[in-house]
Amino acid sequence: MKYFSLVWAALFRRKTRTFFTLLSVLAAFLLFGLLDSVRTAFAVASNSVAAANRLITVSKISFTMSLPKSLYTRIQTEPGVADVTYANWFGGIYQDPKHFFPSMAVADNYFDLHPEWQLPGEQRKAFHDIRTGAVVGASLAEKYHWKIGDKIPLQATMFPQKDRSNVWTFDLVGIYHVDDPNLRGQESNFFINWDYFDEARSFGNGTVGWYVVKLADRNRADQVAGEIDALSADSDHETRTQSEQAFTAALMGQFADVGLIGGAIMGAVFFTLVLLTGNTMAQAVRERIPELAVLKTLGFTNRTVLALVLSESVLLLVLGGAVGLGIAGLIVDAVRTSLPAMGPTAPMVPVGGAIWLQGLGVMILVGLVVGALPAMRGMRLRIVDALSGH
Amino acid sequence: MGALVEIRNLSKVYERGKERIEVLHHVNLDIERGGFVALMGPSGSGKTTLLNLIGGLDSPSEGTLSVAGRRIERLGEDALARWRASNVGFVFQFYNLLPMLSAQKNVELPLLLTRLSATQRKRKASIALQLVGLGNRAQHKPSELSGGQQQRVAIARALVSDPTLLVCDEPTGDLDRHSATDILTLLQQLNRDHGKTIVMVTHDPKAAEHARQTLHLDKGTFVESSELAYA
Repeated sequence: MKYFSLVWAALFRRKTRTFFTLLSVLAAFLLFGLLDSVRTAFAVASNSVAAANRLITVSKISFTMSLPKSLYTRIQTEPGVADVTYANWFGGIYQDPKHFFPSMAVADNYFDLHPEWQLPGEQRKAFHDIRTGAVVGASLAEKYHWKIGDKIPLQATMFPQKDRSNVWTFDLVGIYHVDDPNLRGQESNFFINWDYFDEARSFGNGTVGWYVVKLADRNRADQVAGEIDALSADSDHETRTQSEQAFTAALMGQFADVGLIGGAIMGAVFFTLVLLTGNTMAQAVRERIPELAVLKTLGFTNRTVLALVLSESVLLLVLGGAVGLGIAGLIVDAVRTSLPAMGPTAPMVPVGGAIWLQGLGVMILVGLVVGALPAMRGMRLRIVDALSGH
Repeated sequence: MGALVEIRNLSKVYERGKERIEVLHHVNLDIERGGFVALMGPSGSGKTTLLNLIGGLDSPSEGTLSVAGRRIERLGEDALARWRASNVGFVFQFYNLLPMLSAQKNVELPLLLTRLSATQRKRKASIALQLVGLGNRAQHKPSELSGGQQQRVAIARALVSDPTLLVCDEPTGDLDRHSATDILTLLQQLNRDHGKTIVMVTHDPKAAEHARQTLHLDKGTFVESSELAYA
């Protein structure tokens, strides 16, 4: 720590240059924080404890293709299956296409398999009793100022009613909450009764979009998945059953490989950062060769000079990186507060300990990389030659 | 009691590509404790090379060099660095202060290599600055000081760890006559009143007059010496 003031003074020797370099580092880690927040959210969304116990069964051809409802009783009787439910995409629009949120027609017991959605008992009963009943997430209700008892019209995009009307009107009977802040984005859903939907829709009757299976023993997930798929083997509705995590990853991958895109962007950003900060450090050390020679003259050993230069480059990265991550955290918090319902995409998670640790590791690594060559140069300089200007 | 600095048969050869340049040729010298020696000679005479060897900034090609009884020509780079930190104070022609540090922080630099606390370092640096008459300039950066004041700060830095030897390479080379006289008077004072042993390289005969002994080098060997007595 006694050398800190020396390192700090050396870093800010050329204030303007250091300031702009810090800005570059700040921007890189701001982007890192934001991207990692999104990437982590995608991973966390399907990694919840409850999700670990669930399988998703969809059509083997495409998850947009329907499956017969008759599979329900067959899946239900499979060994290893504790419970099963089903749902179908509804795809309604509220007032304006911009107001998009996930809307699904679900079986009566859908909430039994999703304990992370906290719905009061009386509202569960109302959803069961009122055919046109709808249950929405708390974030969605807050966004549109809905309250229990409101009538909510949705414009169908895929399923007109038998009377050819595209307008479906629902009675809001329940609002569910999600306790886990990392899963708060799941409060963006709008659920309607499958029975009502199936009776009123003009086509596709008797079919569902997907089944959700609760496992009796999660260690038998692969076996149970195989047995469920075997039920429909060689039929016109072959199924693919997989863990909810795998299904979510595959689904998100159809929109974009978030991990790959994020990794590619950050790879390019950090590569550029290494070049930029490496050049800054090389320049800084080149200018200070006589000063480093003086330090050696005073008795600073080669190793100490090496450590001083490396400390300077790491400090440069940590300073800019910490501010960048801090700002990323503020932005994520602001986004999560102002946009609780973000449609089908997973929400952003707070920039927490894991992201900070990762970011700190990258800062130190990049700092050591960009400081290595200048530090070696400083370490190897010959006092006599350096002081005489050679 | 033996001399503080004992040099026997010292030679230094530089190799630049295929060329061998013998800068010092079998030099012998004794510098007594409390001495003030000026080394003079034309450019290329080897005086700065000899100074660098005495100060432990370089190693000889041949011969022996003892300072306070310790053979320094055998020391490795790190050992030489540690030896310099405890035994030698350097004063350069162009001061070589770190521009981003205050006078106080510049003087504290050698003390970073000790186990002294921050408070102790600050106190010792303050005393050194007061000794050279700059106690009221401690927080000024080098750019805010005159040439003479910067050289005083450099002298304070050289003194702060109480070294055995002060090595000065053209300490007045970049100063006007008035400032130069002040610096040389200060060096005399340090030698006379504080017993510091000083070895100084200079081109200036008037600067050499402030030393007790002047040695002339030419083509890597001593040619003549003179001694001056001063009060």
